[in-house]
Amino acid sequence: MPTRHHLDRVGAAPERRHAGWPTPVTPSLSARTLYKLHHLLEPNPVYRRLAAWLERSPAANRMFTAAEERVKGATFGCRMCGQCALPATGYACPMTCPKQLRNGPCGGVSPTGMCEVEPDVRCVWLVAFERAETEGRAEDLSLLQRPIDHRQWGQSSWVNYWQGRDEGMWVSGDGRRQLPIIQRDDPGVSS
Amino acid sequence: MTAGVAGNGHRPVSSPGRLRRALASGRFVVTAEIGPPRGADPAAIARKADLLRGWVDAANVTDNQSAHVRLSSFAGSLLVLSAGVEPVMQLTCRDRNRIALQSDLISAAALGIPNILLLTGDHPRFGDHPEAKAVFDIDGVQLVWTAATMRDQGRLLSGRRVDPAPHWLIGTVENPFSPPISFRARRLAKKVAAGAEFVQTQFVFDLPIFERFMAEVRDLGIHHRCGVIAGVGPVRSLRALEYIATKVPGIHVPDAMIRRLRGVPADRVADEGMQICVEIIERLTEISGVAGAHVMAFGHERGIPEILERAGVGPRPDHAAAHEGSGRAG
Repeated sequence: MPTRHHLDRVGAAPERRHAGWPTPVTPSLSARTLYKLHHLLEPNPVYRRLAAWLERSPAANRMFTAAEERVKGATFGCRMCGQCALPATGYACPMTCPKQLRNGPCGGVSPTGMCEVEPDVRCVWLVAFERAETEGRAEDLSLLQRPIDHRQWGQSSWVNYWQGRDEGMWVSGDGRRQLPIIQRDDPGVSS
Repeated sequence: MTAGVAGNGHRPVSSPGRLRRALASGRFVVTAEIGPPRGADPAAIARKADLLRGWVDAANVTDNQSAHVRLSSFAGSLLVLSAGVEPVMQLTCRDRNRIALQSDLISAAALGIPNILLLTGDHPRFGDHPEAKAVFDIDGVQLVWTAATMRDQGRLLSGRRVDPAPHWLIGTVENPFSPPISFRARRLAKKVAAGAEFVQTQFVFDLPIFERFMAEVRDLGIHHRCGVIAGVGPVRSLRALEYIATKVPGIHVPDAMIRRLRGVPADRVADEGMQICVEIIERLTEISGVAGAHVMAFGHERGIPEILERAGVGPRPDHAAAHEGSGRAG
């Protein structure tokens, strides 16, 4: 599985001492900027055609995915899980949490806001909360995030997003009416 | 009692589902924690269960707590059950992927474990095997959501049927004292939306912060859908105080309490810690929306009855087995 541990990191992140798990990354761009930039990426017919073409063109898709990895690695510490939660997390990447929590901070955040596993680094979920709250988006953190599909690692989440595959990634409200079950292509698992 | 597990199943707890009923009744519930042994001795768990029988509505069995290897929470829960105490089986996402988690949950239901407590778990970094692979395939909220789906919809995460569906009471944890503090009640609300029916909190030492948390819980109406059981425990020495105040992530000990414990002679620290615990439980019984107390007394289970008695939440009502041990397997 192509989990990435050595990505360009922006800012004064401390030298990595433990390679066995992700380390929280505070994004290098403000949440306000990123909420605005997001509009540029919203699906439209052109992007959908581009995504469909990329999926038919392996070489182009590899280059596109590498570019995405470069940009998002430098900005967010992206590890290419392929199912981007950033728009719902104040643009702080939950996959940089050592426990890869998708649904908010664990109970081990120190009184000064540091990660329990990497005490030199701020908790990425605390960063997410502060960024979302400042921009009036704190409610995003109440969304229930479904389990991720580990087959998507290394794929372009932009292509997935434009192809509409991200739509079921989170739900609002009652988890008893909307199930955590991942939609599957394989019809054999429905019963 | 060692024959209980290997033999013809478990002597039933005097009335299974007692934690569910106690929460529904609205009376102040009491749970406690049993840490399983690091050794193949079933009697170690039975001894702890014996101390608690009649005093608690249920006893948690921890899942390799602090990422240290112990007897499993699954086996421990069965041993507790056969000792006549209702178990709460803890299950973390640290060591199992979604396949193993769902399998263990089905197994727990099949063997009559009535309560589960689902959490993300401590990272192995500070455990006894820091070199271990941390799994974290899904997170604690997703695990609660998965369990509720297995029970209420009779479906696995794959969409496949679970038949018959399990029927445990689903619990979770929350830490009202860990930043972002203003988000903690909403985080609990999220777990309740995912299906949690009770929550046990981190140690309550700082009552003002806990009271603010409970005010937010009441504002969100969470306490109507989820029993909030507050974590408590006696600090028995200055060394223990130092340890929990600085080494255990997420525990907040207020300065006033540190001063109080340091202000008594060394041979009185344990008594003072006990007294503080009693006072905290007394205060908790007066906070609106608090459903009960969860006592974590690491290795000092024999002190739990005295604490409960002094705090006015003594032997559990309607528990025929209190004191006599009559609900116990041979």
